[in-house]
Formats: sequence, structure tokens, C-alpha cells
Amino acid sequence: MLRNFMRKYDVTDIVMWLIGLGLLLVVLWGSYKTLFVIQKYESSVWLDFFIFGLAQGSVYALIALGYTLVYGILFMINFAHGEVFTGGVFTAYFVAIAMERSGFIERHWVLALLILMAIAMTVSVAIAVLLERIAYRPLRGAPRLVPLITAIGASFFLQYTYRGIYGSGVKTYPDFPALDGKLNLLGREWPILTTQALVIVVAALMMVFLYWYVQKTKAGKAMRAVAEDKEAAALMGIDVDQVIVNTFALGGAMAGVAGILYALLFKQVNAFMGFIPGIKAFTAAVLGGIGNVPGAMLGGLFLGIVESLGPSLILDGLGIPAPYQLKDAIAFTLLVLVLIFRPTGILGERLSEKKA
Amino acid sequence: MDKELKFTWSDIIKYGAIGGVVAVYVILIGMVVAFNERYIIAETLTLGQIALFAPTFLLAYFAANNARKIKSLSFSIIASALAGLVTGVFVAALLVLASKVNIREVFLNVSPELLEILHFGKDSLTGATIMIMIFNLAVGLLGGLFALTPRRWSNAILMGASLVALMGIMQELMSITFGNKDWFKPVSEFIYAKKGLSWGGTALFMLLGILGSLWRSSASLHPGTKIAKMPRRQQQTIRIASFLLGLIILLWLPRFLGSYPSEILTTVGIYIIMGLGLNIVVGFAGLLDLGYVAFFAIGAYTVGILTTTGKLATMEWGFWMALPAAVFLATMAGVILGIPVLKMRGDYLAIVTLGFGEIIRILVLSDWLKPYIGGAQGILQIPKPSIGDYAFKGPQQIYYIVLIGILLVGYIAWRLRDARIGRAWKAMREDEDVAEAMGIHLVSTKLLAFATGAAFAGLSGAIFAAKLGSIFPHSFNLIVSINVLSLIIVGGIGSLPGVVVGALILVGLPELLREFADYRMLFYGALLVAMMLVKPEGFIPEKTHARELHQKPLEPEVAPEAPAKEAI
Repeated sequence: MLRNFMRKYDVTDIVMWLIGLGLLLVVLWGSYKTLFVIQKYESSVWLDFFIFGLAQGSVYALIALGYTLVYGILFMINFAHGEVFTGGVFTAYFVAIAMERSGFIERHWVLALLILMAIAMTVSVAIAVLLERIAYRPLRGAPRLVPLITAIGASFFLQYTYRGIYGSGVKTYPDFPALDGKLNLLGREWPILTTQALVIVVAALMMVFLYWYVQKTKAGKAMRAVAEDKEAAALMGIDVDQVIVNTFALGGAMAGVAGILYALLFKQVNAFMGFIPGIKAFTAAVLGGIGNVPGAMLGGLFLGIVESLGPSLILDGLGIPAPYQLKDAIAFTLLVLVLIFRPTGILGERLSEKKA
Repeated sequence: MDKELKFTWSDIIKYGAIGGVVAVYVILIGMVVAFNERYIIAETLTLGQIALFAPTFLLAYFAANNARKIKSLSFSIIASALAGLVTGVFVAALLVLASKVNIREVFLNVSPELLEILHFGKDSLTGATIMIMIFNLAVGLLGGLFALTPRRWSNAILMGASLVALMGIMQELMSITFGNKDWFKPVSEFIYAKKGLSWGGTALFMLLGILGSLWRSSASLHPGTKIAKMPRRQQQTIRIASFLLGLIILLWLPRFLGSYPSEILTTVGIYIIMGLGLNIVVGFAGLLDLGYVAFFAIGAYTVGILTTTGKLATMEWGFWMALPAAVFLATMAGVILGIPVLKMRGDYLAIVTLGFGEIIRILVLSDWLKPYIGGAQGILQIPKPSIGDYAFKGPQQIYYIVLIGILLVGYIAWRLRDARIGRAWKAMREDEDVAEAMGIHLVSTKLLAFATGAAFAGLSGAIFAAKLGSIFPHSFNLIVSINVLSLIIVGGIGSLPGVVVGALILVGLPELLREFADYRMLFYGALLVAMMLVKPEGFIPEKTHARELHQKPLEPEVAPEAPAKEAI
């Protein structure tokens, strides 16, 4: 029996499962201590954490869509997608400042927000399309590592371009006075900040739009066809290059909106801001099953919530000081674990380990 | 490249416009101003001006090069000049815009100094615009003429110009290094003015470069061909003699150069050791590891913790005791981090290793581990290594440890490359399934690659800690991994001499040019992209790898298998 078992499972598999089991126990133990022994937080605090997680998760989800769309079609990780995100919101910052000075934001905040989003989307789309045209298109069909290294190079190039052009300092986005405080709707106050509510709603709208675009429009159909089979799609008269450009543009647009939402939530922008959210969004995309649009949305929300609840829920209970410092470590651990144990993601998708 | 051959007037405008966008980019990013203090030729040419006109020159060069294929000579020259002019329009437009509107709030680098540079000594805006146009036209024309010069001569001119630029940049370093030598003063007075090369020096180095290049390119005079004609025995003697000569020069170098250049050399050496390690993981085995810095950090922190006599003192071992421990721990970490990623390939592996690297960095920075490894304050007071009474106290002495490290690691890498395991790595790089079918045990082969790479990084980190005497978490971020990756890619993936050349270019050169520090990562990023697009096998390619990259696929690329229906 033991021999049969050993034949079926490698030693490394067993080691991996032991590590996984150990981590699970740590998580459960930490949560148990926090919830039942220490009881530092009230339930309303947990709700706040959860809603904040939902808000930041919807930003991740929007960025993750860019990864997933591109991966679905080209089977490459657009490592520079985080910088596509930065480009839009950082450029829009200067417009935002000008609008604040002229008092435009106070007078017409909805319009101001729409203008900012339009600008961020335009810039992000432009960067994404240029990236595809200059860096990725000539490398289609090259060995897999080649476009990945290109993407890494492009990512650093863009980061330091922003730094060089716009400066290295942290810039603070102007305040939207209309969005201060808790949400007041239908005559009562809801336990959610207006900004967070707005972020969640806008992100949801964008996702619905994207889903409609991919599923219902002709361009979306072409996109799905190219993802299925490039050659067959080309034979059916689909302009594959154009579809790929569309995909990058669509991902860029989502990243542009995500940038403005991020600025609403966190108020700060700088040249390197896109890197960490980019990797987290990639985590989200993998979590949901890369190449899968609803999966990316789900993965983003899940990651946002885990990241928001995790430090307090798990690490506090283990008696680790300043757990909030480790929230990025939680996200990265999740990334590593997902890629190791379930590279096909929650919704299980097209990729097997062979292609990963 | 089966593009339709044509070159029309609109192509000229296209080339000029690309040049214009690049030139405006170079200006906005601040290079022109930052480099403007650095004179290459005294009172005539600054590095900033070179940065300003380089796009014009390059694009005019490309325009003329492409035009020549189908059009007449005169058309090509006109094309290059016109492309230069179009580029000039962009720069001039920026100047006019910046003078009329205050765009500095957005574009940080549009400073009064920049406007002054762009005015070229003219007071009026019209005068400056005309000057920009004339200069760009002239530079474009130069680019065109350069493109039309026969290959051998244009290479020679390029070599001469590079030598002039290099010597111009090195002026400061030269005076630091040789300032107190007797022979230096008359030499310096001849080749250098107060700032930059004198005309005599410029002519001298130009001539030297041209002659050197011509000498190399004429096959009958080239030393390589001469040696190849000799009998075997003699060849071997020459090889051994040149190796010994090289070794003697290497041993003597820090004495000759003094402290600051030795410092640069040790930094380069530390990167060479790391590069040799990553070269095994990425170059031989084809596993893209973006968390490579983690092993470097483990090596450095092990030495730090075991030897420090400061606040965090534990063992207070000597460096030589801690060194094997550091290498051992890094190797173990390589195996431990290697196990989970065994089944991954390509891009997923890169992301997971990146995740590992970031996790380690975050942990090192956290308050949680602060009592043990010092948090953001790092570890201070790491004693210098010593043998008996001889203390390796400065860069001139640490240099020898680095040199021994490079020789050792280089020898191991060289022997491994052609050993059974090295061939197994390469087979795995080309195709894992086929390699497995050929009887290669993937698990142990991969783990050995990770472990060897990690061991080299651990050694490198240990020396790094001893060299600095104190270590801080921010020395171990992702950028180090990217630097190492860039240098092996520039040198040639899988190529051992490539690592050395790559490190000298990418780590050594920036140290000479302090203004460059801000643009270092920008440059690396651009270089990674450019190398992958133009020369993916690197400057000193490894044979098999180059063949693989330039192989035409037998059939059109097929998307990996039928995807699920609901995808996208």
C-alpha cells in the first residue's frame, strides 16, 4: 500500500502538502485566537475592514482584467500593465490639480470625475497600445521568455520615465468635498464611506460593461475567436492584429478607470505606485483562473478582502507586532500558494501546468 | 523582413517625427540638462548636447540607410537632412511652447537652464529656433553621410568617436586615480583642458580609435587569425602565456589604480559573481528567476548576523567562519524555494520567484523580525575579514577576495557547463518533455540549478556584507535582480564571458558617470526591450542559444491547445 502511495505521489508533492497544511493550521489558529481569545475588534470594525477590502478589491479586479484579457489572447504576462495603470492616473493628476484650483471640482464634481476618468483612460489606452506596437508585436512567436523579459524591461522603463518626466515625489490627489463622510442615501446613513461606495459602484459598472462588450458585441466575439484559435480566426476574416490592439486598449481603459478609483481611495500617486497593485492584480487574475473574465473580477474582490482582513484576523492572533506592515506579504504568499496548488485558479481555466 | 520595399517622402517625415518624439522625450526626462555640465570636448561639446542630437543622428541614419536600398545616393542624403529638419521642428516647437506657457508644473525638467541650453547662445526666440533647425539639419546630414560611408570606415569612425566620448567621461576619474603620479601631469595637460578633452586629445583618441578598428578589421593583421594558423603546441603556449599575463595584470590592478577605481571594480566583481550564478539558473537551465536577490540577501545577512560586533551581536565569528555558513544557507534556501516551483514553467515561475523575493524583503523590513535582523536600520559594525595580521580593510584589499571568488565561481560554472549536468540543463531549457523522455531527472536537475545559482549569490552577498561593513534591507530590492538579469542578457544568455562584459558595461560604466545614476534603471529597462527586439542572444552569444533564437519555426506558431469554451 505504501509503495502504491509513493508511486502516485512524489516526495516533493508530500512536502508541498505538508507546507500547505501547516500554513492552513497557522491561519486557523491565528483567526481563532483573534476572534475568540483576544477579541480586540468589534464587529463594526470587521465590517469596515470588509468594505474597504471590497473597494480595493474592485480596483484590483479592474486591473486584473487587463492581465486576463491579454493572457487569454497572447498567452503572455503583460508585466508592464501596472505601469499602464500608473500612466493614466499620474497624468490625470495634473488636470485634477488645475480643476481644484479653479474650483471646478467643488462645483461639478461628477463632471470633474468623468473628465479625469476620460483623461486617465485615454493615456492608459495610448500607453498600452504603444507598448503592444513597439515592444510586443515584433516578438510574437518568439520563445516564451523573450516577451516576458521585454515586458519586465518595459515596466522599468515606464516607471523611470514617469519619474523622470513628472518627478519622483509623492503627489496628493485633490479632495472631492462631495464625497466626504459616510454615504447618505434614501434618508438614512449607511455604514460605508461615500468614496468606497462610489468606487465599488463604478468598478461594478465597468465590469458589467466589459462583460457585455466581450460577450455581446461583434468586436468581443472576434476577441473570443482569436483567443480560441488565431489561425482559424484569421481564416474567418478576422484581423488578428487589430483584435490584439483592441484587447490591449480595452485592458488599458480598465486600468485607467482603476487608476482614478485608486486615487479616490488612497489619495496618493507616484511614479512607482503601479508596481505592487500590478502584481497583486496579476495574483487576482491567476486566482480567478487567468484568461477568464469573471474569474478576474472574483479573484480581485477575494484578494482585496483577504488583504484587508488578513493582517488583523490572522497575524494579530499570532502575536506579531505591527501586522499591517505584512499585508503585502499576505498577498504575495497567496500568489505563491495559488500558483503552486491551483495554477488553474478558483474557476478553473484553460491553463494547465503544462502551459503555465 | 519581406516588407514591400519602398521609401517615399512621407517616410522621411515619419522618421523625422519619430526622432522628434524621442528628442522631446530625452529633453523632458531631464537628460539634456543633467548631462550638460559634462564636457566631452572642452568648450565645444557637452554630453547633454550629444543626448539632444543623438535621436536626430540615429533617425537620419536609419532614414538614409533605408533610402539607399532603393533610391539614389543624393536622395538618401536629402532624406537624412530632411529627417533631421523634421526632428528639429519638434524640438523648436517644444522651445516655443515652453517659452510662451509655463509647463514646468507638469514637466519638472523644463527649467530655465534647459531653455538657456536650447537657445544656443541666441537671445531671441526666432534666433534660437533658427539655430535649432540649422543644427538638426546638419546633424541629420552627418547621420546620412555616416550611413553612406563604407562599413569598414564607418565602424572605424564610430570606434574613434566612442573612444573620445569614453576618455572625455573618464577625465575626473583619471585625475582622481593618477593625480599624484609624476607622469600624469604632462599627459593630462596635453589631452585634457580644464573641462573635457582638448583638441589635441580629441584628435589623438579619434585617430587611435580609427586605427585600432582598421587594424582589427583587416583580416591579415588580426591577431586571432594569426594564432589560428600556428601549430597546436604554440597555440597552447600562447593561451597559457596570455592567461598568466592577464592574471598578473588583474593582481596588480588595484595597486595601480588606487582606492576609488578598486571600489568600482569590487562592485563590478560582486555583480559578476551574481551574474555567473543567475546565468546558470536562467542561461543554462532556462528558469527565469526574478527573486534572485533573496539569496544574495541571505548570504549578506548570514555574514552580518554571525560576525557583527554591534547591537545585534550573536556569535561574533570571523568572516572566514561565516562565509561557508552563508553559502550553505543560501544553497539550502535555493533548494527550499526550488521545491515548490518545480512544476512551473516560464512566466509563472518568474512571478512566483518575484513573489518570494518580495516576501523576504517585506519580512526583513518588518517590526516582527526586527529584534533579530535589525529591521530598516539594518546590521551595523560587520568586521572586515583578515588572515593573520593582514586585514582586508579597504576596497583595494577586498578586491582580492572578489577576484578569487570570480575565478572560483567562473571555473565551476565553466566546468559545469560542459559536464553532464550542464548538458542536462540545456536540454531542459530547450524542451522539458523531450529532456525527461531522454532520461533526465527533472526534479534533481532543476534543484541543482537553483542550488548552484543560490550558492553563488550567497557567496556574493557574503563578500558584499564584508565590503560594506553594514547592510540595510533596501540594498536587496528587486532592482538588484533586474540589474543582474540585464547584465546577463546584454552579455548573452548562457555565455560566461558575456557575464563579465555585461557587468563591466552595465555596472562599471554608470559608476563613472555620476549624473547617470538617475537614469540607470530607465536605461536598463530600455536596454532589455531593445536587446530582446534586436539582439536577443546578447553581444557575446553562446552558440547553441543563438542558434535556437534565430531558428525559423517549422510551422506557424500554434496557440497552445484548444481552450475552454467560456474563456473570455
